[in-house]
Amino acid sequence: MKIAVLIKQVPVSDSTFRPAENELWIEEGQIQYEMNENDSFALEEALLIKEKRGEGEVVVVCMGPSGRAPRVIREALAKGADRAVHIVEEGPFETDPHQIAHILFESIQSESFDLIFSGLQSVDLGMGQTGVLLGAMLGMSTATLAMSTEIQEDKIRVKRELESGWFQWLTLPLPASVSIQSGINTPRYPSLKGIMGAKKKEIKTINKTDLNLSEGLQKVTRIYNLETDKQTEYIEGDPDVQVARLMDILKSEVKVLGA
Amino acid sequence: MGILVILEQKGNSIHGMSLEAVAAAQDMAEKLNSKLSILVMGNDIDPLTQQAKSLEASEVIAVNHELLKEYSCDGFAEITKQVVEIESPEFVVMAHTYMVRDFLPSVSVFTGAPFIADVISFRAEDGNSVFTKQMFNSKLGSDIVVRGGSCGLVSFQSAAYQASAVKRGDTPVRQIELSLSQEQIRSKSEEPFQESSGGVDLTSADVIVSVGRGIGEDTKIPMVEELAKAMGAEIAASRPVIDSGWLPPFRQVGSSGQNVSPKLYFSVGISGAIQHVVGMKGSQSIIAINKDPDAPIFELADYAVVGDLNEIVPKLTEALQNQ
Repeated sequence: MKIAVLIKQVPVSDSTFRPAENELWIEEGQIQYEMNENDSFALEEALLIKEKRGEGEVVVVCMGPSGRAPRVIREALAKGADRAVHIVEEGPFETDPHQIAHILFESIQSESFDLIFSGLQSVDLGMGQTGVLLGAMLGMSTATLAMSTEIQEDKIRVKRELESGWFQWLTLPLPASVSIQSGINTPRYPSLKGIMGAKKKEIKTINKTDLNLSEGLQKVTRIYNLETDKQTEYIEGDPDVQVARLMDILKSEVKVLGA
Repeated sequence: MGILVILEQKGNSIHGMSLEAVAAAQDMAEKLNSKLSILVMGNDIDPLTQQAKSLEASEVIAVNHELLKEYSCDGFAEITKQVVEIESPEFVVMAHTYMVRDFLPSVSVFTGAPFIADVISFRAEDGNSVFTKQMFNSKLGSDIVVRGGSCGLVSFQSAAYQASAVKRGDTPVRQIELSLSQEQIRSKSEEPFQESSGGVDLTSADVIVSVGRGIGEDTKIPMVEELAKAMGAEIAASRPVIDSGWLPPFRQVGSSGQNVSPKLYFSVGISGAIQHVVGMKGSQSIIAINKDPDAPIFELADYAVVGDLNEIVPKLTEALQNQ
Protein backbone atom coordinates (compact mmCIF):
# COMPACT_ATOMS: atom_id res chain seq x y z
CA MET A 1 0.00 0.00 0.00
CA LYS A 2 1.58 3.20 -1.21
CA ILE A 3 -0.01 6.32 0.28
CA ALA A 4 0.70 9.93 -0.65
CA VAL A 5 -0.26 12.64 1.83
CA LEU A 6 -0.52 16.23 0.59
CA ILE A 7 0.77 18.59 3.25
CA LYS A 8 0.94 22.36 3.08
CA GLN A 9 2.82 24.90 5.14
CA VAL A 10 0.42 27.69 6.06
CA PRO A 11 0.42 30.72 8.36
CA VAL A 12 -0.55 29.99 11.97
CA SER A 13 -4.30 30.56 11.92
CA ASP A 14 -4.53 33.23 14.61
CA SER A 15 -1.88 35.38 12.91
CA THR A 16 -2.62 39.01 12.19
CA PHE A 17 -2.93 39.20 8.40
CA ARG A 18 -2.23 42.32 6.38
CA PRO A 19 -2.46 42.51 2.58
CA ALA A 20 0.92 42.93 0.89
CA GLU A 21 1.58 46.23 -0.87
CA ASN A 22 0.85 44.73 -4.30
CA GLU A 23 -2.43 43.36 -2.87
CA LEU A 24 -1.72 39.94 -4.38
CA TRP A 25 -0.54 38.16 -1.23
CA ILE A 26 -0.08 38.89 2.47
CA GLU A 27 2.63 40.83 4.28
CA GLU A 28 4.82 37.93 5.41
CA GLY A 29 7.10 39.78 7.85
CA GLN A 30 5.96 38.53 11.24
CA ILE A 31 4.02 35.45 10.13
CA GLN A 32 4.88 32.04 11.60
CA TYR A 33 4.23 28.94 9.51
CA GLU A 34 3.06 25.46 10.48
CA MET A 35 1.62 22.30 8.92
CA ASN A 36 -1.98 22.98 7.81
CA GLU A 37 -4.02 21.46 10.64
CA ASN A 38 -6.34 19.45 8.38
CA ASP A 39 -3.30 17.91 6.70
CA SER A 40 -1.95 16.62 10.01
CA PHE A 41 -5.16 14.54 10.36
CA ALA A 42 -4.58 13.20 6.82
CA LEU A 43 -0.99 12.27 7.69
CA GLU A 44 -2.04 10.55 10.91
CA GLU A 45 -4.68 8.50 9.05
CA ALA A 46 -2.05 7.32 6.56
CA LEU A 47 0.38 6.39 9.33
CA LEU A 48 -2.35 4.46 11.19
CA ILE A 49 -3.19 2.47 8.02
CA LYS A 50 0.44 1.59 7.44
CA GLU A 51 0.91 0.52 11.07
CA LYS A 52 -2.26 -1.56 11.09
CA ARG A 53 -1.28 -3.39 7.90
CA GLY A 54 2.34 -3.79 8.94
CA GLU A 55 3.45 -2.85 5.43
CA GLY A 56 3.35 0.05 3.06
CA GLU A 57 4.93 3.38 2.38
CA VAL A 58 3.78 6.87 3.35
CA VAL A 59 5.10 9.67 1.15
CA VAL A 60 4.44 13.30 2.02
CA VAL A 61 4.15 15.74 -0.87
CA CYS A 62 4.61 19.43 -0.13
CA MET A 63 4.86 22.50 -2.32
CA GLY A 64 6.44 25.59 -0.81
CA PRO A 65 9.51 27.77 -0.55
CA SER A 66 12.90 26.30 0.38
CA GLY A 67 13.00 28.63 3.39
CA ARG A 68 10.11 27.12 5.32
CA ALA A 69 8.63 24.01 3.65
CA PRO A 70 11.48 21.70 4.79
CA ARG A 71 10.61 22.26 8.46
CA VAL A 72 7.06 20.99 7.89
CA ILE A 73 8.39 18.10 5.79
CA ARG A 74 10.87 17.13 8.57
CA GLU A 75 8.04 17.17 11.07
CA ALA A 76 6.04 14.74 8.90
CA LEU A 77 9.09 12.48 8.48
CA ALA A 78 9.70 12.60 12.25
CA LYS A 79 6.12 11.49 12.83
CA GLY A 80 6.72 8.44 10.65
CA ALA A 81 6.37 9.28 6.96
CA ASP A 82 8.93 7.27 4.95
CA ARG A 83 10.04 9.88 2.45
CA ALA A 84 9.05 13.20 0.93
CA VAL A 85 8.63 15.01 -2.35
CA HIS A 86 9.26 18.75 -2.05
CA ILE A 87 8.11 20.90 -4.96
CA VAL A 88 10.09 24.09 -4.56
CA GLU A 89 8.09 27.24 -5.16
CA GLU A 90 9.82 30.45 -4.15
CA GLY A 91 6.96 32.77 -5.04
CA PRO A 92 4.86 34.41 -6.22
CA PHE A 93 2.73 31.60 -4.89
CA GLU A 94 0.22 29.83 -7.08
CA THR A 95 -3.36 30.43 -5.95
CA ASP A 96 -5.29 28.53 -8.64
CA PRO A 97 -6.20 25.12 -7.19
CA HIS A 98 -6.44 23.52 -10.63
CA GLN A 99 -2.90 24.70 -11.40
CA ILE A 100 -1.65 23.49 -8.00
CA ALA A 101 -3.23 20.08 -8.62
CA HIS A 102 -1.64 20.03 -12.06
CA ILE A 103 1.79 20.74 -10.56
CA LEU A 104 1.26 17.90 -8.07
CA PHE A 105 0.09 15.65 -10.92
CA GLU A 106 3.24 16.35 -12.95
CA SER A 107 5.36 15.67 -9.87
CA ILE A 108 3.88 12.35 -8.71
CA GLN A 109 2.07 10.73 -11.62
CA SER A 110 4.89 8.23 -12.19
CA GLU A 111 4.67 6.97 -8.59
CA SER A 112 1.42 4.94 -8.95
CA PHE A 113 0.03 5.63 -5.49
CA ASP A 114 -2.80 3.43 -4.20
CA LEU A 115 -4.14 6.21 -2.05
CA ILE A 116 -3.87 9.98 -1.82
CA PHE A 117 -4.94 11.65 1.41
CA SER A 118 -5.38 15.40 1.72
CA GLY A 119 -6.76 17.75 4.34
CA LEU A 120 -10.23 19.10 3.66
CA GLN A 121 -9.04 22.66 3.11
CA SER A 122 -6.16 24.97 3.85
CA VAL A 123 -6.10 27.82 6.35
CA ASP A 124 -4.63 30.25 3.80
CA LEU A 125 -6.60 29.94 0.53
CA GLY A 126 -9.39 27.62 1.65
CA MET A 127 -10.18 26.39 -1.87
CA GLY A 128 -10.98 22.92 -0.51
CA GLN A 129 -10.53 20.94 -3.74
CA THR A 130 -6.87 20.20 -4.46
CA GLY A 131 -6.94 16.54 -3.35
CA VAL A 132 -10.06 15.77 -5.38
CA LEU A 133 -8.71 17.62 -8.43
CA LEU A 134 -5.48 15.64 -8.26
CA GLY A 135 -7.38 12.36 -7.82
CA ALA A 136 -9.60 13.13 -10.82
CA MET A 137 -6.56 14.06 -12.94
CA LEU A 138 -5.01 10.71 -12.07
CA GLY A 139 -8.27 8.88 -12.90
CA MET A 140 -8.73 7.80 -9.29
CA SER A 141 -12.04 7.41 -7.49
CA THR A 142 -12.60 10.22 -5.00
CA ALA A 143 -14.37 10.99 -1.75
CA THR A 144 -14.39 13.94 0.64
CA LEU A 145 -14.94 14.69 4.33
CA ALA A 146 -13.79 11.29 5.59
CA MET A 147 -14.43 10.70 9.29
CA SER A 148 -13.22 7.08 9.31
CA THR A 149 -11.45 4.78 6.85
CA GLU A 150 -11.08 0.99 6.46
CA ILE A 151 -8.90 -0.73 3.89
CA GLN A 152 -10.45 -3.86 2.31
CA GLU A 153 -8.11 -5.60 -0.14
CA ASP A 154 -8.38 -3.44 -3.27
CA LYS A 155 -10.98 -1.09 -1.84
CA ILE A 156 -11.32 1.61 0.78
CA ARG A 157 -14.47 2.04 2.87
CA VAL A 158 -14.95 5.65 3.95
CA LYS A 159 -17.33 7.13 6.50
CA ARG A 160 -18.25 10.38 4.87
CA GLU A 161 -19.65 13.33 6.79
CA LEU A 162 -22.89 14.75 5.39
CA GLU A 163 -24.56 17.89 6.68
CA SER A 164 -26.28 18.46 10.05
CA GLY A 165 -24.80 15.49 11.88
CA TRP A 166 -25.52 12.83 9.22
CA PHE A 167 -22.98 10.31 7.94
CA GLN A 168 -22.75 7.71 5.21
CA TRP A 169 -20.37 4.86 4.48
CA LEU A 170 -19.21 4.35 0.94
CA THR A 171 -16.78 1.96 -0.65
CA LEU A 172 -14.40 3.04 -3.40
CA PRO A 173 -12.05 0.98 -5.54
CA LEU A 174 -8.33 1.77 -5.25
CA PRO A 175 -6.56 3.83 -6.34
CA ALA A 176 -8.52 6.55 -4.57
CA SER A 177 -8.04 10.12 -3.43
CA VAL A 178 -9.79 10.92 -0.16
CA SER A 179 -9.95 14.25 1.65
CA ILE A 180 -9.87 13.94 5.42
CA GLN A 181 -12.09 15.89 7.82
CA SER A 182 -10.61 17.23 11.03
CA GLY A 183 -11.28 15.17 14.16
CA ILE A 184 -10.95 11.78 12.40
CA ASN A 185 -8.06 10.84 14.73
CA THR A 186 -5.62 12.38 17.19
CA PRO A 187 -2.44 13.41 15.38
CA ARG A 188 0.69 12.20 17.17
CA TYR A 189 3.70 14.21 18.25
CA PRO A 190 7.04 13.21 16.81
CA SER A 191 9.15 11.04 19.13
CA LEU A 192 12.80 11.83 19.82
CA LYS A 193 13.73 8.68 17.90
CA GLY A 194 11.52 9.84 15.06
CA ILE A 195 13.20 13.22 14.97
CA MET A 196 16.66 11.61 14.83
CA GLY A 197 15.54 9.10 12.17
CA ALA A 198 13.99 11.80 9.99
CA LYS A 199 17.40 13.22 9.18
CA LYS A 200 18.27 10.12 7.16
CA LYS A 201 15.04 10.01 5.16
CA GLU A 202 14.91 10.97 1.51
CA ILE A 203 13.52 14.34 0.41
CA LYS A 204 13.26 14.51 -3.37
CA THR A 205 13.15 18.08 -4.61
CA ILE A 206 11.46 19.18 -7.82
CA ASN A 207 11.60 22.77 -9.02
CA LYS A 208 8.24 24.13 -10.05
CA THR A 209 9.98 26.16 -12.73
CA ASP A 210 11.25 22.93 -14.37
CA LEU A 211 7.71 21.65 -14.93
CA ASN A 212 5.88 22.09 -18.19
CA LEU A 213 2.91 24.23 -17.19
CA SER A 214 0.26 26.16 -19.07
CA GLU A 215 -1.62 29.12 -17.64
CA GLY A 216 -4.02 28.55 -14.76
CA LEU A 217 -7.80 28.70 -14.94
CA GLN A 218 -8.62 31.25 -12.25
CA LYS A 219 -6.75 34.25 -10.93
CA VAL A 220 -6.73 36.21 -7.69
CA THR A 221 -6.71 39.87 -8.72
CA ARG A 222 -6.67 41.48 -5.28
CA ILE A 223 -6.33 40.60 -1.59
CA TYR A 224 -7.64 43.19 0.87
CA ASN A 225 -9.34 43.86 4.18
CA LEU A 226 -13.06 43.16 3.95
CA GLU A 227 -15.27 46.06 4.95
CA THR A 228 -18.32 45.28 7.00
CA ASP A 229 -21.40 47.40 7.51
CA LYS A 230 -22.05 45.83 10.91
CA GLN A 231 -21.93 48.28 13.81
CA THR A 232 -19.88 46.61 16.52
CA GLU A 233 -19.60 48.09 20.00
CA TYR A 234 -16.15 47.40 21.46
CA ILE A 235 -16.45 47.06 25.20
CA GLU A 236 -13.31 48.62 26.64
CA GLY A 237 -11.86 48.87 30.11
CA ASP A 238 -10.62 46.47 32.76
CA PRO A 239 -12.52 43.19 33.28
CA ASP A 240 -14.77 44.66 36.00
CA VAL A 241 -15.86 47.51 33.76
CA GLN A 242 -16.36 45.08 30.86
CA VAL A 243 -18.49 42.76 33.00
CA ALA A 244 -20.62 45.66 34.28
CA ARG A 245 -21.31 46.72 30.69
CA LEU A 246 -22.07 43.11 29.69
CA MET A 247 -24.61 42.81 32.51
CA ASP A 248 -26.23 46.00 31.34
CA ILE A 249 -26.43 44.66 27.77
CA LEU A 250 -27.87 41.32 28.87
CA LYS A 251 -30.56 43.05 30.97
CA SER A 252 -31.59 46.03 28.89
CA GLU A 253 -30.42 45.62 25.31
CA VAL A 254 -30.41 41.93 24.42
CA LYS A 255 -32.98 41.36 27.19
CA VAL A 256 -32.30 37.76 27.99
CA LEU A 257 -32.33 38.20 31.76
CA GLY A 258 -35.52 40.14 32.33
CA ALA A 259 -35.34 43.70 33.61
CA MET B 1 -23.87 30.95 -23.17
CA GLY B 2 -25.72 32.02 -20.06
CA ILE B 3 -25.94 31.06 -16.42
CA LEU B 4 -26.79 27.51 -15.37
CA VAL B 5 -27.82 27.06 -11.74
CA ILE B 6 -27.98 23.48 -10.46
CA LEU B 7 -30.48 22.62 -7.74
CA GLU B 8 -29.66 20.13 -5.03
CA GLN B 9 -32.38 17.86 -3.76
CA LYS B 10 -33.03 17.31 -0.06
CA GLY B 11 -35.79 14.76 0.58
CA ASN B 12 -38.44 15.67 -1.97
CA SER B 13 -37.65 19.37 -1.93
CA ILE B 14 -35.05 21.84 -3.09
CA HIS B 15 -32.15 22.22 -0.62
CA GLY B 16 -32.59 25.55 1.22
CA MET B 17 -29.14 26.70 0.19
CA SER B 18 -29.97 25.96 -3.47
CA LEU B 19 -32.68 28.65 -3.31
CA GLU B 20 -30.00 31.09 -2.19
CA ALA B 21 -27.92 29.94 -5.17
CA VAL B 22 -30.91 30.65 -7.45
CA ALA B 23 -31.08 34.18 -6.00
CA ALA B 24 -27.36 34.54 -6.75
CA ALA B 25 -27.77 33.20 -10.28
CA GLN B 26 -30.74 35.50 -10.98
CA ASP B 27 -28.63 38.46 -9.82
CA MET B 28 -25.73 37.36 -12.05
CA ALA B 29 -28.01 36.85 -15.06
CA GLU B 30 -29.45 40.33 -14.60
CA LYS B 31 -26.07 42.02 -14.19
CA LEU B 32 -24.54 40.15 -17.12
CA ASN B 33 -27.66 40.40 -19.23
CA SER B 34 -27.54 36.62 -19.66
CA LYS B 35 -30.05 33.86 -20.02
CA LEU B 36 -30.68 31.80 -16.87
CA SER B 37 -31.30 28.05 -16.94
CA ILE B 38 -32.08 25.86 -13.95
CA LEU B 39 -30.86 22.25 -13.94
CA VAL B 40 -32.54 19.54 -11.90
CA MET B 41 -31.10 16.03 -11.96
CA GLY B 42 -32.11 12.85 -10.19
CA ASN B 43 -34.57 9.99 -10.45
CA ASP B 44 -38.36 10.48 -10.26
CA ILE B 45 -37.77 14.20 -10.14
CA ASP B 46 -41.28 15.40 -11.05
CA PRO B 47 -41.84 16.98 -7.60
CA LEU B 48 -38.49 18.77 -7.82
CA THR B 49 -39.15 19.85 -11.41
CA GLN B 50 -42.53 21.29 -10.37
CA GLN B 51 -40.85 23.32 -7.63
CA ALA B 52 -38.16 24.49 -10.04
CA LYS B 53 -40.85 25.60 -12.55
CA SER B 54 -42.02 28.23 -10.09
CA LEU B 55 -38.60 29.97 -10.09
CA GLU B 56 -38.01 32.76 -12.59
CA ALA B 57 -35.66 31.68 -15.39
CA SER B 58 -35.63 31.09 -19.16
CA GLU B 59 -36.05 27.37 -18.71
CA VAL B 60 -35.76 24.39 -16.42
CA ILE B 61 -33.62 21.57 -17.77
CA ALA B 62 -34.57 18.22 -16.25
CA VAL B 63 -32.31 15.17 -16.39
CA ASN B 64 -33.99 12.03 -15.16
CA HIS B 65 -31.91 8.86 -14.82
CA GLU B 66 -32.33 5.85 -12.59
CA LEU B 67 -28.61 5.90 -11.73
CA LEU B 68 -29.06 9.37 -10.24
CA LYS B 69 -31.45 8.02 -7.61
CA GLU B 70 -28.70 8.18 -5.03
CA TYR B 71 -25.97 10.77 -5.04
CA SER B 72 -22.58 9.60 -6.31
CA CYS B 73 -19.62 11.78 -7.17
CA ASP B 74 -19.04 9.88 -10.43
CA GLY B 75 -22.68 9.99 -11.58
CA PHE B 76 -23.30 13.64 -10.75
CA ALA B 77 -19.94 14.79 -12.15
CA GLU B 78 -20.49 12.88 -15.41
CA ILE B 79 -24.01 14.24 -15.98
CA THR B 80 -22.93 17.79 -15.11
CA LYS B 81 -20.02 17.48 -17.52
CA GLN B 82 -22.37 16.41 -20.31
CA VAL B 83 -24.77 19.27 -19.61
CA VAL B 84 -21.89 21.78 -19.60
CA GLU B 85 -20.67 20.39 -22.95
CA ILE B 86 -24.13 20.59 -24.52
CA GLU B 87 -25.27 23.92 -23.09
CA SER B 88 -21.89 25.75 -22.94
CA PRO B 89 -22.86 28.02 -20.04
CA GLU B 90 -20.71 30.98 -19.08
CA PHE B 91 -21.13 30.10 -15.39
CA VAL B 92 -22.40 27.09 -13.48
CA VAL B 93 -23.74 28.17 -10.10
CA MET B 94 -24.39 26.05 -7.01
CA ALA B 95 -24.59 26.43 -3.23
CA HIS B 96 -21.40 25.57 -1.32
CA THR B 97 -22.79 22.40 0.25
CA TYR B 98 -20.94 19.22 1.19
CA MET B 99 -22.27 17.55 -1.97
CA VAL B 100 -20.93 20.34 -4.17
CA ARG B 101 -17.51 20.19 -2.51
CA ASP B 102 -17.53 16.46 -3.32
CA PHE B 103 -18.33 16.41 -7.04
CA LEU B 104 -17.70 19.89 -8.49
CA PRO B 105 -13.88 19.50 -8.40
CA SER B 106 -14.25 16.45 -10.69
CA VAL B 107 -16.39 18.51 -13.08
CA SER B 108 -13.60 21.08 -13.06
CA VAL B 109 -11.09 18.45 -14.20
CA PHE B 110 -13.44 16.93 -16.82
CA THR B 111 -14.40 20.28 -18.37
CA GLY B 112 -11.30 22.40 -17.77
CA ALA B 113 -13.45 25.02 -16.04
CA PRO B 114 -12.14 26.49 -12.78
CA PHE B 115 -14.06 25.86 -9.55
CA ILE B 116 -14.32 29.15 -7.63
CA ALA B 117 -15.46 27.88 -4.26
CA ASP B 118 -17.26 29.36 -1.26
CA VAL B 119 -17.92 32.76 -2.79
CA ILE B 120 -19.59 35.53 -0.75
CA SER B 121 -20.40 38.04 -3.50
CA PHE B 122 -20.46 38.74 -7.21
CA ARG B 123 -20.05 41.93 -9.21
CA ALA B 124 -19.69 42.82 -12.88
CA GLU B 125 -16.85 45.30 -13.34
CA ASP B 126 -15.55 46.63 -16.66
CA GLY B 127 -16.93 43.61 -18.45
CA ASN B 128 -15.31 41.20 -15.97
CA SER B 129 -17.17 38.93 -13.60
CA VAL B 130 -15.53 39.30 -10.20
CA PHE B 131 -16.17 36.92 -7.30
CA THR B 132 -15.21 37.66 -3.70
CA LYS B 133 -14.06 34.97 -1.33
CA GLN B 134 -12.71 35.00 2.23
CA MET B 135 -9.13 33.85 2.71
CA PHE B 136 -6.54 33.58 5.47
CA ASN B 137 -8.78 32.17 8.16
CA SER B 138 -11.62 34.45 6.98
CA LYS B 139 -9.60 37.53 7.93
CA LEU B 140 -9.05 38.90 4.40
CA GLY B 141 -11.10 39.14 1.24
CA SER B 142 -9.94 38.29 -2.26
CA ASP B 143 -11.28 39.05 -5.71
CA ILE B 144 -11.16 36.17 -8.19
CA VAL B 145 -11.78 36.09 -11.94
CA VAL B 146 -11.89 33.32 -14.53
CA ARG B 147 -8.87 33.36 -16.81
CA GLY B 148 -9.37 33.28 -20.54
CA GLY B 149 -12.81 32.63 -21.95
CA SER B 150 -13.62 29.41 -20.21
CA CYS B 151 -16.74 28.53 -18.26
CA GLY B 152 -16.56 29.09 -14.49
CA LEU B 153 -17.97 26.81 -11.78
CA VAL B 154 -19.01 28.88 -8.78
CA SER B 155 -20.34 27.88 -5.35
CA PHE B 156 -21.91 30.47 -3.05
CA GLN B 157 -21.46 30.41 0.70
CA SER B 158 -24.53 29.93 2.87
CA ALA B 159 -26.43 33.23 3.31
CA ALA B 160 -24.36 35.08 0.67
CA TYR B 161 -27.79 35.67 -0.86
CA GLN B 162 -31.21 35.44 0.78
CA ALA B 163 -33.62 32.71 -0.33
CA SER B 164 -36.42 35.27 0.15
CA ALA B 165 -34.90 37.33 -2.69
CA VAL B 166 -35.68 34.59 -5.25
CA LYS B 167 -37.91 35.84 -8.04
CA ARG B 168 -40.83 33.58 -8.90
CA GLY B 169 -42.23 32.78 -12.32
CA ASP B 170 -43.76 30.05 -14.44
CA THR B 171 -40.83 28.57 -16.28
CA PRO B 172 -41.02 26.05 -19.15
CA VAL B 173 -39.40 22.64 -18.65
CA ARG B 174 -37.16 20.86 -21.15
CA GLN B 175 -36.35 17.20 -20.53
CA ILE B 176 -33.03 15.97 -21.84
CA GLU B 177 -31.83 12.39 -22.11
CA LEU B 178 -28.25 11.71 -21.11
CA SER B 179 -26.39 8.46 -20.86
CA LEU B 180 -24.84 7.06 -17.72
CA SER B 181 -23.88 3.43 -17.11
CA GLN B 182 -23.46 1.46 -13.90
CA GLU B 183 -19.76 0.90 -14.67
CA GLN B 184 -19.12 4.64 -14.56
CA ILE B 185 -20.17 4.80 -10.91
CA ARG B 186 -17.25 3.36 -9.00
CA SER B 187 -18.46 3.95 -5.44
CA LYS B 188 -21.04 1.92 -3.52
CA SER B 189 -22.86 3.86 -0.83
CA GLU B 190 -24.73 2.63 2.22
CA GLU B 191 -27.75 4.19 3.97
CA PRO B 192 -27.10 7.58 5.59
CA PHE B 193 -27.41 7.60 9.37
CA GLN B 194 -27.40 10.14 12.18
CA GLU B 195 -25.27 9.82 15.27
CA SER B 196 -26.71 10.36 18.75
CA SER B 197 -28.34 13.75 19.28
CA GLY B 198 -27.97 13.50 23.07
CA GLY B 199 -31.50 14.87 23.41
CA VAL B 200 -30.20 18.40 22.82
CA ASP B 201 -31.84 20.62 20.24
CA LEU B 202 -29.63 23.66 19.89
CA THR B 203 -31.89 25.09 17.19
CA SER B 204 -34.65 25.75 19.72
CA ALA B 205 -32.42 27.38 22.38
CA ASP B 206 -33.05 31.08 23.10
CA VAL B 207 -29.58 31.68 24.44
CA ILE B 208 -26.43 29.80 23.46
CA VAL B 209 -23.05 30.08 25.11
CA SER B 210 -20.56 28.72 22.61
CA VAL B 211 -16.96 27.88 23.27
CA GLY B 212 -13.98 27.74 20.91
CA ARG B 213 -10.42 26.61 21.01
CA GLY B 214 -9.43 29.93 22.59
CA ILE B 215 -10.22 28.38 25.97
CA GLY B 216 -6.97 26.47 25.53
CA GLU B 217 -7.70 23.25 27.45
CA ASP B 218 -10.54 20.98 28.51
CA THR B 219 -10.16 21.88 32.19
CA LYS B 220 -11.70 25.25 31.32
CA ILE B 221 -14.96 23.72 30.04
CA PRO B 222 -16.63 23.70 33.51
CA MET B 223 -15.95 27.44 33.78
CA VAL B 224 -17.95 28.03 30.59
CA GLU B 225 -20.63 25.54 31.65
CA GLU B 226 -21.10 27.58 34.84
CA LEU B 227 -21.59 30.71 32.74
CA ALA B 228 -24.14 28.93 30.52
CA LYS B 229 -26.01 27.73 33.59
CA ALA B 230 -26.07 31.20 35.14
CA MET B 231 -27.39 32.62 31.88
CA GLY B 232 -29.97 29.86 31.36
CA ALA B 233 -28.25 28.96 28.11
CA GLU B 234 -27.41 25.79 26.21
CA ILE B 235 -23.70 25.20 25.78
CA ALA B 236 -22.36 24.73 22.25
CA ALA B 237 -18.94 24.66 20.60
CA SER B 238 -16.99 25.17 17.41
CA ARG B 239 -15.42 22.24 15.61
CA PRO B 240 -11.92 22.24 17.16
CA VAL B 241 -13.44 21.79 20.64
CA ILE B 242 -15.50 18.84 19.38
CA ASP B 243 -12.49 17.37 17.53
CA SER B 244 -10.51 17.50 20.76
CA GLY B 245 -13.28 15.58 22.52
CA TRP B 246 -13.92 18.36 25.04
CA LEU B 247 -17.66 18.41 24.25
CA PRO B 248 -19.84 15.85 22.38
CA PRO B 249 -20.54 16.25 18.62
CA PHE B 250 -24.22 17.10 19.06
CA ARG B 251 -23.13 20.39 20.64
CA GLN B 252 -21.37 21.55 17.49
CA VAL B 253 -22.47 24.70 15.63
CA GLY B 254 -21.31 25.25 12.06
CA SER B 255 -21.35 23.74 8.60
CA SER B 256 -20.69 20.24 9.93
CA GLY B 257 -22.93 20.74 12.98
CA GLN B 258 -26.15 22.63 13.52
CA ASN B 259 -27.37 25.97 12.17
CA VAL B 260 -28.73 28.08 14.99
CA SER B 261 -30.40 31.49 15.24
CA PRO B 262 -30.97 32.17 18.96
CA LYS B 263 -31.92 35.46 20.57
CA LEU B 264 -28.38 35.67 21.91
CA TYR B 265 -25.23 33.88 20.79
CA PHE B 266 -22.52 34.42 23.37
CA SER B 267 -19.21 33.21 21.99
CA VAL B 268 -16.18 32.56 24.15
CA GLY B 269 -12.76 32.05 22.58
CA ILE B 270 -14.14 31.47 19.07
CA SER B 271 -12.13 33.08 16.25
CA GLY B 272 -14.93 32.93 13.68
CA ALA B 273 -13.72 30.71 10.84
CA ILE B 274 -16.23 30.47 7.97
CA GLN B 275 -17.19 26.91 8.84
CA HIS B 276 -18.41 28.10 12.23
CA VAL B 277 -19.89 31.42 11.18
CA VAL B 278 -22.27 29.90 8.62
CA GLY B 279 -23.94 28.07 11.50
CA MET B 280 -24.59 31.09 13.72
CA LYS B 281 -24.64 34.29 11.73
CA GLY B 282 -28.44 34.32 11.76
CA SER B 283 -28.42 34.93 15.54
CA GLN B 284 -30.40 38.00 16.64
CA SER B 285 -27.57 39.29 18.85
CA ILE B 286 -23.97 38.21 19.05
CA ILE B 287 -21.59 38.92 21.92
CA ALA B 288 -18.01 37.73 21.46
CA ILE B 289 -15.08 37.47 23.85
CA ASN B 290 -11.66 36.88 22.30
CA LYS B 291 -8.12 37.93 23.10
CA ASP B 292 -7.29 38.51 19.41
CA PRO B 293 -8.58 41.97 18.35
CA ASP B 294 -8.42 40.82 14.71
CA ALA B 295 -10.63 37.75 15.30
CA PRO B 296 -13.14 37.62 12.40
CA ILE B 297 -15.94 36.92 14.89
CA PHE B 298 -15.78 40.61 15.88
CA GLU B 299 -16.77 41.62 12.33
CA LEU B 300 -20.04 39.85 12.95
CA ALA B 301 -20.58 40.63 16.63
CA ASP B 302 -22.88 43.32 17.98
CA TYR B 303 -20.69 43.53 21.08
CA ALA B 304 -16.98 42.77 21.12
CA VAL B 305 -15.00 42.13 24.26
CA VAL B 306 -11.25 42.00 23.63
CA GLY B 307 -9.75 40.43 26.69
CA ASP B 308 -8.78 37.40 28.73
CA LEU B 309 -11.72 35.03 29.00
CA ASN B 310 -10.18 33.45 32.10
CA GLU B 311 -10.77 36.72 33.93
CA ILE B 312 -14.00 37.87 32.33
CA VAL B 313 -16.00 34.63 32.31
CA PRO B 314 -15.81 33.89 36.08
CA LYS B 315 -16.58 37.53 36.93
CA LEU B 316 -19.57 37.56 34.61
CA THR B 317 -20.82 34.25 36.03
CA GLU B 318 -20.58 35.67 39.52
CA ALA B 319 -22.43 38.84 38.55
CA LEU B 320 -25.20 36.75 36.98
CA GLN B 321 -25.47 34.53 40.04
CA ASN B 322 -25.72 37.57 42.34
CA GLN B 323 -28.38 39.47 40.48
